[in-house]
Amino acid sequence: MYYLCYFTENNSIDAYEGNDRMVKLEVKNLYKIFGPNPSKILPLVKEGASKEEIQKRGHVVGVNNANFSVYEGEIFVIMGLSGSGKSTLIRCLNRLIEPTAGEIIVDGQNISGLGTKELTEFRRKKMSMVFQNFALLPHRNIEENVAFGLEIQGLSIEERLKIAYESLDMVGLSGYEKAMPSELSGGMQQRVGLARALATNPDILLMDEAFSALDPLIRKDMQDELITLHDKMRKTIIFITHDLDEALKVGDRIAIMKDGVIVQVGSSEEILENPSNDYVKEFTQDVNRAKVITAASIMKKADAIVYSRDGARVAVRKMRDNSISSVFVVDRERRLKGIITIDDALNLIKTNREDILEIIDTNVQTVSGDVSIQDLIPLFINSKYPVVVVDENQKMQGIIFKASVLAGLLGEDDTND
Amino acid sequence: MIRLPIGYYVEKAIDWLTYNLDSFFSMIKTILLAIINSFEFIFTGIPFIVMLLIFVIISWKVAGRNVAIFTAIGLVIIKSINLWQQTMSTFALVATATVIAIVIGIPLGIWMSFRDTVNSFVRPILDFMQTMPAFVYLIPAVYFFDLGPVPGAVATIIFAMPPIVRLTNLGIRQVAEDVIEASRAFGATSSQMLFKVQIPLAMPTILAGLNQTIMLSLSMVVISAMIGSGGLGDVVLRGITQMRVGLGFEGGLAVVILAMILDRITQSLGPKEK
Ligand SMILES: Nc1ncnc2c1ncn2[C@@H]1O[C@H](COP(=O)(O)OP(=O)(O)OP(=O)(O)O)[C@@H](O)[C@H]1O
Ligand SMILES: [Mg+2]
Repeated sequence: MYYLCYFTENNSIDAYEGNDRMVKLEVKNLYKIFGPNPSKILPLVKEGASKEEIQKRGHVVGVNNANFSVYEGEIFVIMGLSGSGKSTLIRCLNRLIEPTAGEIIVDGQNISGLGTKELTEFRRKKMSMVFQNFALLPHRNIEENVAFGLEIQGLSIEERLKIAYESLDMVGLSGYEKAMPSELSGGMQQRVGLARALATNPDILLMDEAFSALDPLIRKDMQDELITLHDKMRKTIIFITHDLDEALKVGDRIAIMKDGVIVQVGSSEEILENPSNDYVKEFTQDVNRAKVITAASIMKKADAIVYSRDGARVAVRKMRDNSISSVFVVDRERRLKGIITIDDALNLIKTNREDILEIIDTNVQTVSGDVSIQDLIPLFINSKYPVVVVDENQKMQGIIFKASVLAGLLGEDDTND
Repeated sequence: MIRLPIGYYVEKAIDWLTYNLDSFFSMIKTILLAIINSFEFIFTGIPFIVMLLIFVIISWKVAGRNVAIFTAIGLVIIKSINLWQQTMSTFALVATATVIAIVIGIPLGIWMSFRDTVNSFVRPILDFMQTMPAFVYLIPAVYFFDLGPVPGAVATIIFAMPPIVRLTNLGIRQVAEDVIEASRAFGATSSQMLFKVQIPLAMPTILAGLNQTIMLSLSMVVISAMIGSGGLGDVVLRGITQMRVGLGFEGGLAVVILAMILDRITQSLGPKEK
């Protein structure tokens, strides 16, 4: 009996959260050369012949020695300019395009070696695809479109419609089962495309510029939706885009492609902070850093802290030593209590009192480390103190000055002065 | 300039074919005759009023009320000028030619759409079939199949088949590449692709080809009557040869009515736009 088991794949979550993440898909030395005689040109490409040289011989290099691994349950983004070979690469993964050389290994199985029958089976069960222009079947209504993958697997009409309805429900399109694709807006059509891809319950979802044809607002909705769905189902997703903002938003890791070559693979922050070459740098230049850079990445270690049991004199000395006019107070577990100023502390000493808890100002803004700079900015409006980064137990991790936020926005590195 | 003896060689070839493939031709003749006769048996066997009802219901279902009314009036006119019998026998011939054109033409068109070599080989043959004056087929057809409805049907098939082949080929080639790609990505086999995606999407085009094929077979009615296929063509022919303008006109009118009914019905076939 066939049924959906989206919520039972918890093992993949563990694998994802842990350090030794399971590799779901591995690409090794993958080449795709278009033209009349690719295998003759391959050695030239391997020797590093230039693009022009290859072109002179009537061939085009689509993918040039791609190597990467995709972990189970992650969203792996491939980005690059138009013509960089993204579509070619992703189509090699399910062999809609036949690679010229190299290996594609999914769950330990080499896809490049599969015969017609096994390949068909692989496409039906393991991998499905969402297309830039939706590619819905115009002669079928929505439910028949969503059920298409199951229909060609030979499921009975009751079974496949049941699953199709569940899929449509998941993408928020219940009630449109009988509509024709042409009656729906672009965003809705792509939801159908997504539902169709989910209906076969594949391990891996390939999305080739799936949101590129949509209006910016709808596109943003779809990105959010994808992230929500991904959080629920933890499918491995390979997502292509030429938009860095989109890549940073949905991607766990990003691969950047240029002229068929993968020039860098890394997390959003790695790519932004350490672009491996000018091409990547150029990409990252016009990204809205405010949305991407996190509090944790710009916070600094506090120069001094005082413990709540410390007296006012200790506090004053610490502030003087570090030439600061206020200092954060934490308890024995480094949990944040508040802040005191040097003036208040001196006044306290004048009246012969010691307990700094009397003068503590608890009105300190705290955030967790994964908050983006964009969301940090408003916090500074109501606070004259630095913002404190805390973990889930309110333990103090670091502090952020207004100036660091600005520096982060400008992409300047001032974290180690 | 030297004269190429093409006509001579064609005659020799036909002689050779008649002589050597006689059993083949007589088999075809038997089959075709059986089909024509059964159609004619059915069409003329059914009482006029029942046939009228069938036509009206079908045209109503497929093409709407107006066409249904036109069909009813048209068929009553045919009956009232006493040409019902002949109309049905012409219809049987057209039906036979169409069925055979479909059975041969659609698979051929599909094959052409898959193989460019087949395409470039078959296209000139189709051009030839369609543009060679139809009278020219009559002579060899009579050689191979004697007089009667069979050579008429053969000439009609040859003349009327090209559109359905061409448009099947065109329709399948026109199916959007992204839809094909999507189906492949979901693991469709080539036959699933053909029957679930390509043919359904090509259907409007294929049906346009069917419509043209039917119209072309009706245009062969008079010509095939010259070699004895009977029906309405025979009526027209008698009108011409006996200088009876009225009779000729009545025969022609019946052909036109039948053509219009079949045209409207086949044009409305296929998926309707919402
Ligand atoms: N069938 C083909 N025959 C020849 N060259 C091809 C073919 N398909 C793609 N190419 C070439 O391979 C290169 C990579 O194309 P590809 O479509 O993979 O780029 P892309 O990164 O997806 O671009 P886009 O962002 O425009 O979709 C391009 O130079 C393209 O012209
Ligand atoms: Mg592309």
